[in-house]
Formats: sequence, structure tokens, C-alpha cells
Amino acid sequence: MTWQALQADMAAQNYVASDDLAVALHLALSLGRPMLLEGAAGVGKTEVARVLAAARDTKLIRLQCYEGLDAAQAIYEWNYQRQLLSIRASAEAGETGQAVEARIFSEDYLLERPLLAAIRQDVPPVLLIDEIDRADEEFEAYLLEVLADYQVTIPELGTISARSTPIVILTANGTRDLSDALRRRCLYAYVDYPDRTTELAILRARCPEIEDRLAQQIIGFVQKLRAEELEKVPGIAEMLDFAAALMGLGVADLTADPAVLQSTLTTLLKTQSDRANVPTEVAQRLAGRAA
Amino acid sequence: MSRVTKFAARDPGPAARMAGFLGHLRFNGMRLGVAETEAALAALTHVDAARPDEALRALRAVLAGCKEDVARFDELFTSYWLNGGRVTSKVMPTLSGRSSDDVRSSRDAKGESAGGAGQATSPDGGEGEAESDGEGKLIATEVRNLMRRDLRDLVRPEDIAEAERVAARLGAALRDRRSRRRKAARRGDRLHFRKVIRQSLASGGEPLRLPMKRRPDRTRKIVALCDVSGSMTLYAQVFLAFIAGLMRADPKADAYLFHTRLVRMTDALRDKDAMRAIGRMSLMADGFGGGSKIGASLGRFADTYARRFVDGRSVVLILSDGYDTDDPARLGDALARLRKRGCRVIWLNPLKGWRDYAPVAGGMAAALPHLDLFAAANTLDTLAALEPELTRL
Repeated sequence: MTWQALQADMAAQNYVASDDLAVALHLALSLGRPMLLEGAAGVGKTEVARVLAAARDTKLIRLQCYEGLDAAQAIYEWNYQRQLLSIRASAEAGETGQAVEARIFSEDYLLERPLLAAIRQDVPPVLLIDEIDRADEEFEAYLLEVLADYQVTIPELGTISARSTPIVILTANGTRDLSDALRRRCLYAYVDYPDRTTELAILRARCPEIEDRLAQQIIGFVQKLRAEELEKVPGIAEMLDFAAALMGLGVADLTADPAVLQSTLTTLLKTQSDRANVPTEVAQRLAGRAA
Repeated sequence: MSRVTKFAARDPGPAARMAGFLGHLRFNGMRLGVAETEAALAALTHVDAARPDEALRALRAVLAGCKEDVARFDELFTSYWLNGGRVTSKVMPTLSGRSSDDVRSSRDAKGESAGGAGQATSPDGGEGEAESDGEGKLIATEVRNLMRRDLRDLVRPEDIAEAERVAARLGAALRDRRSRRRKAARRGDRLHFRKVIRQSLASGGEPLRLPMKRRPDRTRKIVALCDVSGSMTLYAQVFLAFIAGLMRADPKADAYLFHTRLVRMTDALRDKDAMRAIGRMSLMADGFGGGSKIGASLGRFADTYARRFVDGRSVVLILSDGYDTDDPARLGDALARLRKRGCRVIWLNPLKGWRDYAPVAGGMAAALPHLDLFAAANTLDTLAALEPELTRL
């Protein structure tokens, strides 16, 4: 398979991948290495994993990182309550201690969490480790261990090796600096806001029924808006919401009704100060120039 | 003519060229090991390596590790592989291998000396600290340029970021005092036995739930008071940048400035926009460079704001030279009242960095008995160096 084929596969899932991203993903797949995607919020990093899973027709296993995420939540945990019940039940049945111990530390009592689940699939799944920079540094160390050998050691059970190597996608948007060790283990791609043509292609792929003139206006407007000084720059998802809102309201021309444009801006601008920064005049100016 | 680099005839093959390229990248500051060379070669087998744009994309995915690397990778790639057909004589990787990572130098990366502008044996020229009319000599001569500019220069965002970094470290040194006791917590490191037993009663003595406990962080609140009177003009700029950094690094910190009166500037400095925060601060520092009434200002602080914002878990940081036009006794009184709130009081005096400095100024002498720490600080560096002392406090 070539990267062009991968790009076409992703396009079939309505994801417009840039050449850079397609080559990087193709290499990650061929070399069996994790892929680290960095970029601002809303440029479609998480979507890559979803689309990849759909294109290759495998499962998507997602691990959402957050501060305080620990091994018990990410790798595995013993089902403690069930173990207790089992001990109590076996005491009545008169089972020997050894038999009980062997039973309660068997796979039946293991709660698998995303990382363990990912390496125990028969068909290689897509493992999405979302917003890795939100997790603590300790967790990054756990992750390195798993990503290095694709195996997990459970003291009571022994080492579980991967049945198939998952396709690992990590995303980060710069909440903190990732360790060099993690960066070195991964292939890297920086996902930026798309340029005009790419974004137009995305809009056409996602909203095929949109009129050409309106699509041009929307993209022009959003691209201009990104150049403004905003706290939270609208991403692709916001742009699609915006387009959906305009189409839902039956707007055919962005410059036609200032009031409608202003009220649909809620889909693009998500903070109070950004709203204040783009009053009607500014929005009209941007829309006028975009037209 | 092809832009592709012509390699020398005795070039041993693609592997050596790749090793040479990796050497080229290392020379340009990227941290890459042998494993990356291997990965890079492997990557090229999966794309059409004869096409430069594809090779570039593949190598960038494998070798770049962060946004900055990505940004300059094109240039590095072009300069090695597409140098316009000039013959390169050096394709073999140089033996020096990993270049600058293990070498420490007092020069920073740009190759400029980081030291001050002055000669080694005389104070720095221009209007540095040496202009002050003290008798002592400045000990702290290793001052970075950054730290001796005036407020308008210090206001560049990267300098605030620098101050912010220092402030964050100091803040952490003061703040993270783990409590001795443990409290129930959802994600603790130990079992909360009392709770386990209590909750097990509900399930007939079977400990079904395992509540945990942990040692909570006892955060300390930092309250900074900065003197911006005339005698402090030279240092106020560093201190204000530091305070601006502190406020941005620590959401609980509180800041005031005083000359002849006291102004709370916490809200101004909390402005999300660093530049606007400095602007608002400058407006508040009206009277900047005038006389100082430390005793009166601190007294006012102790009687008003301190009652609301200072408690036993606070650290009061006073940044002043102690030259007071008030009665020294007032200053002593004010500090004594402040101490009664149970807080720690740290006085950072820029003049203490001078050799033979003795706190003979009336105000300073009156303040000394009430201080937990009296230390020198006139630059960001010396502020940063306070970290271990603050940890011990």
C-alpha cells in the first residue's frame, strides 16, 4: 500500500488528510511505530484515529488522558468486589485456599482497561491515546513501557504479550512538554489549521449539499477570522457547525443579513471576550472581504 | 540541472549518506540517536524515495520530534540533499557524533556571551547599579543583560515568561508543603482503615469498598508587597516583572505595591494578556519613584488587607530597601501586627547584595527582629537562587 492509497481511503471516510499527514501515517503503519499528532484544538487530531479505524475496519480503543490518570484506570485492575464474593462463596463450598487463590487471580477477575484491551485483540485495533499531555509524567513512563514492547506484566498472572500490534495514535496540544523519550519513540506530525483549498475540500466532503458560493464565503470568513486576535481560534469542527447553522437557517449569502451572521457566530466563537472582539462591524468587514 | 546534491565518488552508499544526514541534523541541534538512522532508512523503503518531496515528508515524520523541528526541517533537508548540485566531500558521519548535548558552556546557544557589558574588573558601564551612591561594591557582577533593563524593556513577553518561570519555582518551593496527616481521597496511596471498617459494617463485615487516603497539599499563599519608591527605581523593574510572573504562575498569590501609599494590584496583574497587565500595573504605580512611607504602608496593609487575605498559611514577601521616611518604630509595629496573623515574613532587600552592607537604616533595623528570612535579591538570578532557602523556611 502506498500513502496515496491511504489518503484515498481516508478521503472515502470524508477525511481530507494533507500529504504530510498521509505520509506520516503511512509510515507509522508500515513501520509499526506509534504516531504522535500535535496541533491546536479542533484541527482533527482525534478524528484521524476514528477515520483510520473505519478505513481499516478495525476497532477503535480510546484512552482519554486526564490529570491523575493511573495504571489502574489505563492498564488493568482486579475486580476486587467480585474476588471477595468469590472467597465468601467458596468458604461455604469448602474449597481449598490454593484453589481459591488460583481462581480469584485468573483472567475472569481481571478488569481490562484500554491499554491491556488494545494488546489483547486478535485484529490489530487503533489505540487512541487522547491528550497525552494532560496525564502526569508518571503515566507517561508507564506508557513508554507498554509502547516499547507491547506487553503488560501483571504480577499474579505473568506477562501478557500483544497478540497483534495495535496502531497507536497519540494526540497532544501542548498543555505541557512531553518527554524526549516519548517523542523519540513516536513518529511525529504537526497538524496545522488547513489552508483555504484543503478546508474547502473538507467542507465539501462533510456537507456535500452546500452551495458553492456559500462554501467559498464560509471558508473565506473562517480563514479571515483565524487571523484575528482571538483567545480561542475556531477549529474545523467549529467551521462545520457554522456551515450547518447557516444551512439550517437557509442562508444563501453570508453578507445578506448582519443579524443572522452575528447570531450564528456563537458556533465559531466560544468565549465572551472573543464575542466582544468581533462585533457586527468586524464580522461584516470579514464577510465582505471574504465574498 | 538537478538540484540534488552530488555526493563524492568514494561515497560508500545510501546508508552512509543517511548517517551523514543524521550527523548534519545533530550538528544543527536535533537530538537523534543511532536508532533514528535505522528508522529513517526503513522509512524511505516505504515511500518513493527518489522523489525529494516524498523523501522529505517521510524523513520529517521520523526525525522531527516537535513543532520547532518540523518548522526548520525543510531547510535542513534542502541544505543536505538538495544543495544545488555542488559536490560534497563530507558524506561520512563525523566521529564527534553527538555534538553539544553533553557540553556545558557559559555561552548561550546564539553564541553570544551571556555576561554583562562591563569589564571583568570594573562595574558594568552605562547606568547599571554602579550609579547608586553606596559605598560598597556590587558583588553580584554576573548579571545577565536581561535583568538590568528598565521596565519598558522588561515588558517583552519572553522576559515575563522568564520571570514567570523563576516565580513559579519559588512559588512551588514556598507552597508545596505536604501535610503530615492524611485525608480521605478518591485516589489515595494508602487504605483509609477506619473508613474500611466502618463501611464494611454495611456489608456484614466484608470490606467491599476500599476507601483510600492521601496526604493533601497544604498550599501556602504568597502575598508580595513591592516598594516602588525613588530609592528602589533600579530594582523595582526586576521586582515588578517577578511579581507579574508570580501572579501568572500562581493563581492564589496576592500582590501590592507601595510608595507613599498602598495599592492592591492583584486584579490588574491577573489580566490574561501579559502586556495589558503590565500596562494596568504601570497606571497603578502612579507616584512611582517618589518617596517611601514603608511603615505607614505596611501598617495599613496589616490593618486592612491582611485581615482578609493573610493567615497562618501565608507567606508575606516584602521587596524593599528599607529606606523609610517614617518613624522606624511604626515599621516595627506594623510588622509585629502582621506577624500576629501567623504568617511568615520574608524581606528581600536589593542592597543586601552589596558587600559590607549592614542593615543600619533605622527602618531596616527595626524590622529585623520580626523577619523569618532577610535575604538579598536584586536580579532574577538572585531571586531564583533563593529557592533552597525558601524550601527550608
